[in-house]
Amino acid sequence: MATHRTSKRKRKEQSEYFFDYSLLFIVLFLLGFGLVMIYSASSYEAFQEFKDAAYYLKKQLVAIVIGLVMMILVANIPYHFWERFYLLGYIVSMALVPLVLTPLGVESHGARRWIKIPVIGLNLQPAEVAKLGMILFLAVMVCKMGKGVRTMRGFIFMVLLPLPVVLEVYLITKNLSSAIIILGISVLMVFVASPDYKKFVIMGLGGVAAVALLVFVIVSSGGEGGFRSERIVAWLDPESQAQGKGFQTLQALYAIGSGGIFGKGLGKSMQKLSFLPEAQNDMIFSIICEELGLFGAVAIILMFIMLLWRMMVIANNATDLFGAMLVVGVMGHIAIQAILNIAVVTNTIPNTGISLPFISYGGSSVMFLLIEIGFVLSVAKRIQLKEL
Amino acid sequence: MLTDNNKIFHRKKILTIFLVCAGILVLLFGRLVYLCVWEAEHYSRMATELHERERSIKAARGRILDCNGKVLADNKTVCTVSVIHNQLEDPEEVIRVLCEELDLSEEYVRKRVEKYSSMERIRSNVEKAVGDRIREYDLAGVKVDEDYKRFYPYGDLASKVLGFTGGDNQGIIGLEVIYEDYLQGKEGKILTVTDAKGLEVEAAGERRLEPESGHDLYISMDMNIQSYATQLARQAMATKEADSVSILVMNPQNGEIYAMVNVPEFDLNNPYELPEGTPETVSAEEKQNLLNGMWRNGCINDTYEPGSTFKIITAAAGLEEGVITTQSSFSCPGFIIVDDRKIRCHKIAGHGSQDFTHCMMNSCNPALISVGLRLGLDKYYAYFEQFGLKERTGIDLPGEAGTIMHKKENMGNVELATVSFGQSFQITPIQLITTASSIVNGGNRITPHFGVKTVDAGGNVLETFEYPVRAGIVSEETSATMREILEMVVSEGSGKNGGIAGFRIGGKTATSQTLPRGSGRYISSFIGFAPADDPQVIALAIINNPQGVYYGGQVAAPVVRQLFENILPYLGIMGYNQ
Repeated sequence: MATHRTSKRKRKEQSEYFFDYSLLFIVLFLLGFGLVMIYSASSYEAFQEFKDAAYYLKKQLVAIVIGLVMMILVANIPYHFWERFYLLGYIVSMALVPLVLTPLGVESHGARRWIKIPVIGLNLQPAEVAKLGMILFLAVMVCKMGKGVRTMRGFIFMVLLPLPVVLEVYLITKNLSSAIIILGISVLMVFVASPDYKKFVIMGLGGVAAVALLVFVIVSSGGEGGFRSERIVAWLDPESQAQGKGFQTLQALYAIGSGGIFGKGLGKSMQKLSFLPEAQNDMIFSIICEELGLFGAVAIILMFIMLLWRMMVIANNATDLFGAMLVVGVMGHIAIQAILNIAVVTNTIPNTGISLPFISYGGSSVMFLLIEIGFVLSVAKRIQLKEL
Repeated sequence: MLTDNNKIFHRKKILTIFLVCAGILVLLFGRLVYLCVWEAEHYSRMATELHERERSIKAARGRILDCNGKVLADNKTVCTVSVIHNQLEDPEEVIRVLCEELDLSEEYVRKRVEKYSSMERIRSNVEKAVGDRIREYDLAGVKVDEDYKRFYPYGDLASKVLGFTGGDNQGIIGLEVIYEDYLQGKEGKILTVTDAKGLEVEAAGERRLEPESGHDLYISMDMNIQSYATQLARQAMATKEADSVSILVMNPQNGEIYAMVNVPEFDLNNPYELPEGTPETVSAEEKQNLLNGMWRNGCINDTYEPGSTFKIITAAAGLEEGVITTQSSFSCPGFIIVDDRKIRCHKIAGHGSQDFTHCMMNSCNPALISVGLRLGLDKYYAYFEQFGLKERTGIDLPGEAGTIMHKKENMGNVELATVSFGQSFQITPIQLITTASSIVNGGNRITPHFGVKTVDAGGNVLETFEYPVRAGIVSEETSATMREILEMVVSEGSGKNGGIAGFRIGGKTATSQTLPRGSGRYISSFIGFAPADDPQVIALAIINNPQGVYYGGQVAAPVVRQLFENILPYLGIMGYNQ
């Protein structure tokens, strides 16, 4: 009897302490790799501008440390604790975005997308808050709707829910990429919640058709339609807009092309010498390609695929729908951002500012991503080993 | 808790998302492979172009050497001083040093140093010593590049023939222009890797594309003959207070020119300096006109009425056609009436009755007019064309002037008569000497030229130039007769002053009045060749507007005599007694 009881307790302990080390390892690898690349990509300009080659590295390191602390904290709080804040999250998201227009707002690179948190002095991008808030909100809403989501009314309701935030981000902060990401996360979550495929296939085809039509109209009008349409023209032929909208894309292509298969070697990038704007930020992937070649790029892409796979496993084994939806939201967020970033850098889609998760320089982005990973780890902890 | 049913469709959906995302990432990887492998060359080339700043290195221009290998046009090392704005550390110091060393105004230097450009040239053609001094200051952002500048060791020798070069070492006039492609060479480049702001990347170093030197040009000119002829021309110009003096010395057998003198010459090392005595307050346009006048090569750019030297051509045509022989008898009463016009001989009393040889010795106008009239307009004009007088000679110098001749349909007997003794039309000196050479050398119309061959830096001959020769413009017989007649002109006739005891010299004098008639301005000339029986050298001296005595026989013939006295032994042409 005694031995039986002991072994039973052991099993219980084991199941309680499941921790996804693979996921954690992948995240830490990406963060470390990102730090090395940020230093490599930014040191030249940082030294020119701030007389401190490690300027960006230090700032990013601080953000990562804060992020990791928050991740551990969140991972150790049962995720159901957050369920009650879902409305608050939505309201805070809605409320923070307009703040960029107030004196708290910070302008950078010609766009007003940040707010300064008075006491800490850190810049915060409300769009990042909105992404997290939307994941939490929709995960809760899916659970509350239950089978209601299967009806047409329920489906439309779910699709309409994120739109106010999406429009706010797009219209107030003029940040199309964040709006697309929030919308994308929402669509993916609704997709998982609803057993239907047909509606989504139609929606997808409709979206593709609309984009194709838009591109066609812009191209046939000769790109006279302002800021966004110029980007489309530059996307189709960056060399024709070498000094205009095609500049950054072309510089990224130079970097990728001159890196070739094996790359120039770590630290040997030429394009980072002020040729490529935002080398440590949105365009860091092209510096990775230039320095480490195709093999560096493969390593990063594989790491992202593995990260998504770990999250899929966790979502599939989550103990309840809420946990699964949370993980799906985070997974969608990371997947969309990684895909769009690499697509922009390789000029597969028109240029729009999207950072590469965990690797690009950007404090609030990496902090919120780590909080999201904290949610995922928290969900993973609830999984009983016997269910795996 | 997920119900089993729920679980299945959620799981399928999550798996779908994962597979789609992973699929897209794999496709993006494919795109990367395309960029890194297929497009790599294209983009790396464009990137390299973007990363490198280029500075050109001038190529050493090919030298010009005379027939004995004496260097007539050389290069000397000079420096170009430039400033790279982005690398300046102490602009004030740079401005101060450059003003001082380069002797420029502060305003001028400041404007260039403070101009935001990738690289600004402050001054080129700086002496090497100055360039070295500036380099020793070791100023950040100041570049001293060495290049070459043309240098003419003999200053004004053959200035109008050799020509000079401009700021980019390109030929401006003379042989420097015609042989530009051979002399010029190919610029090299210094490629420096820079960042986007133009700052040099120290670790990357420099890449040099070495310049290719131009090829040396050997010309037929003989520096010794040229300088002696120049000396004689200066002397004649001074003693006769003439406007200008030209001397041409050529090999009549192949057209190689030994000397081409046009005094006053100008200093090739300072080609933009007007001669002394020019008022300083000339406008830019006037100055350019004066310079163009100074650079003009009278032997080929200007035409004149040849006068009696042209009787060689009329005589050769008459002999070739058979309308006269040396024995043909002419009577000169001091004038001849052509149609309604009375044309005087220079000897008003007339030469009386004489054979044709003596007509040439006396340079009798009525006799030569008779020859012209016997030939008739059609024949005369045909010979004029056959001798090549209506075409340019094709000399390898720029700007050769064409012949100014009556149109055949506008010519009557009067015009024919005047042309017969060298008036009422104009040709260039080079045309006259070329045609005369062709008549005395056996009838081969040669092309006068300087260029002989080009040689690379290693001394290998790259190209030997060949020039067209048109044989048979007169028969060998006529040519021999002409040589005899012209030898008689010098030994016993009007050209006596061109003769040298012991040497067989042929020649013809001329005295032509310039237009308008009666201005008292004359051109005296003499054309002479030696040895008279087998001409190896031919010379033409033209004295423009001599004061006092102006007869060709007295003014120009002695110049050629003095020249021949010196150069015949030098050329190894021996007289009877040696």
